[in-house]
Amino acid sequence: MNKVVIIDDEPLARSIVIEYLREHKNFEVVAECNDGFEGVKAIMQHKPDLVFLDIQMPKINGFEMLELIDTTPAVIFATAFDEYAIKAFEANAVDYLLKPFSNERFDTAIKKWEQKNLDKPAYKKNIEQLLENTEKQPEEKHRIVVRTNNEIQIIPVNDLFYIEAYDDYIKLFTKDNYYLKKKTMAYYEQMLDNSVFFRTHRSFIVNLQHLTKIEPLEKNNYVALLKNGKKIPLSRSGYVKLKEKLGI
Amino acid sequence: MRNIFSYSLKKFVPLYVAGWLIWALIQSLILHRLNLSWELSVKDSLVTGFLLGMCCYIAITLYQYYQPGRSNRLYRLFFALVISLIFSSASNWSLKFLLGNDPAYLDFLSASMPLRFVIAFLILAFLTILNWLWNSLAEQKESEKRSNEAEQLVKDAELATLRQQLQPHFLFNSLNSISALAGSRPNEARKMIQQLSDFLRGTLKKDEQKTVSMNEELEHLKLYLEIEKVRFGHRLKIDIDSAPESLACNLPPLLLQPIVENAIKFGLYDTIGEITISIETRLENSYLHIEIKNPFDEKTQNTNQGTGFGLNSVQRRLFLLYSRNDLLITEKKENQFITQLKIPQTA
Repeated sequence: MNKVVIIDDEPLARSIVIEYLREHKNFEVVAECNDGFEGVKAIMQHKPDLVFLDIQMPKINGFEMLELIDTTPAVIFATAFDEYAIKAFEANAVDYLLKPFSNERFDTAIKKWEQKNLDKPAYKKNIEQLLENTEKQPEEKHRIVVRTNNEIQIIPVNDLFYIEAYDDYIKLFTKDNYYLKKKTMAYYEQMLDNSVFFRTHRSFIVNLQHLTKIEPLEKNNYVALLKNGKKIPLSRSGYVKLKEKLGI
Repeated sequence: MRNIFSYSLKKFVPLYVAGWLIWALIQSLILHRLNLSWELSVKDSLVTGFLLGMCCYIAITLYQYYQPGRSNRLYRLFFALVISLIFSSASNWSLKFLLGNDPAYLDFLSASMPLRFVIAFLILAFLTILNWLWNSLAEQKESEKRSNEAEQLVKDAELATLRQQLQPHFLFNSLNSISALAGSRPNEARKMIQQLSDFLRGTLKKDEQKTVSMNEELEHLKLYLEIEKVRFGHRLKIDIDSAPESLACNLPPLLLQPIVENAIKFGLYDTIGEITISIETRLENSYLHIEIKNPFDEKTQNTNQGTGFGLNSVQRRLFLLYSRNDLLITEKKENQFITQLKIPQTA
């Protein structure tokens, strides 16, 4: 039996998925979720074989929700109309269903899943690529969604003090906290407003809104002092570029 | 042909001829005072007047077909100079031919030639400048008229699109709900189709009206809200409070639609759990006041959506209609997003 999680903020939209799914005897709906928060929990708990996911949902959208899950499940997006989603999916997702969708169209999506399910590693790569692609939309990030042990938090980028590279992860530092996320420095360097965020070092990106001054550490070596007292290393080229940027 | 002379000339031929006869008369009097016999004075004046009249006529006619561009304005004066030269030699030649048997007159003619040339040039130059001024004035008027027309067209088109902004999301999601209801609860599906049709029809019909009453607008909004309630009934509460006298007030049609859409969107997507959208209308100092409140969460909202496209379009529309930018005010207060509208009520 394949486990299915349905995540959509409209009960009627969920009910039509359930209805269409009734004809496919090898599926069982293990959870219905109203939003991304419930979605994360349900996916972690049930490890579903297939997720039906809406994009526009309260607080965090479908993409942001997927970012919070360690092992991305197989996803069929079901959305009303979303140009950027369509573009992103065409290449990668199991399928995307445009609401309202017919029973036949739904069956096709299930068939696609069955085919992809035979080749799991390749699919996983696909969905990761899909996420990457959608994130590369020119739209700037204004918030970052993170998950601590059992809580989801939305951090406005203005609250971000700096970002530090940490092996395969990065640490996102707020005033007196930090969050881990499996992303690259290059990703954030690209996604964040580069008039505010500045890469001072191979392993550091600093929010210039929270910068107080640049201090010499030793000969030819400088650090950036932040409002919360943190000292961020500056590489030699980073120091030169930062001075240029700040016009000093 | 944007030339004032083109139509006035034919009509004014008699006047034109009369003008030149008067000119000839004055010239005769002057010539006579300069000790020329009456006969010579009159003949000289008639010949000169005829030739000068012809030259001016030719000049005016030519201006109808050729207008030098802005950059070679001096061509006009050059043109006047050439015609004056032609006039001078023509009158010199014909006067000599007609009246040349009097040596005293011949002396007088050659002595007065420079003066005749200067006068002819002044007249032609004056004519040229007059024509040029008139033309540029007409041109300016024309372009002003055109730009006014263009502006009006742009305004009309803009108003039309602003009014028609129906979110495709809304339509597709509603159809999806209907599709879901059709299987299990066909009666409700039918009801929702009815509501959606009434709503869409209202949107189309109102498009042609200039203003509607608050009551009508509210009725239309209720249709919309009913549909949203089918979709989000478990979370959405609507609270409408209208002072009775405000119901008869007028406002542009479908003005509130995008604001309420916005309120629902941000209310539903920025928060979790039940939300209340409240709409309050009242009449105060001959302004219709409308206040729409929705909960939101400033911390977590996607800030670039801020006030949203909906409100910008309302602002723009109010500006196009009333030439004022102070009729729409938004405010954030304790997790409530408040939109306030003022619509001037002219009796």
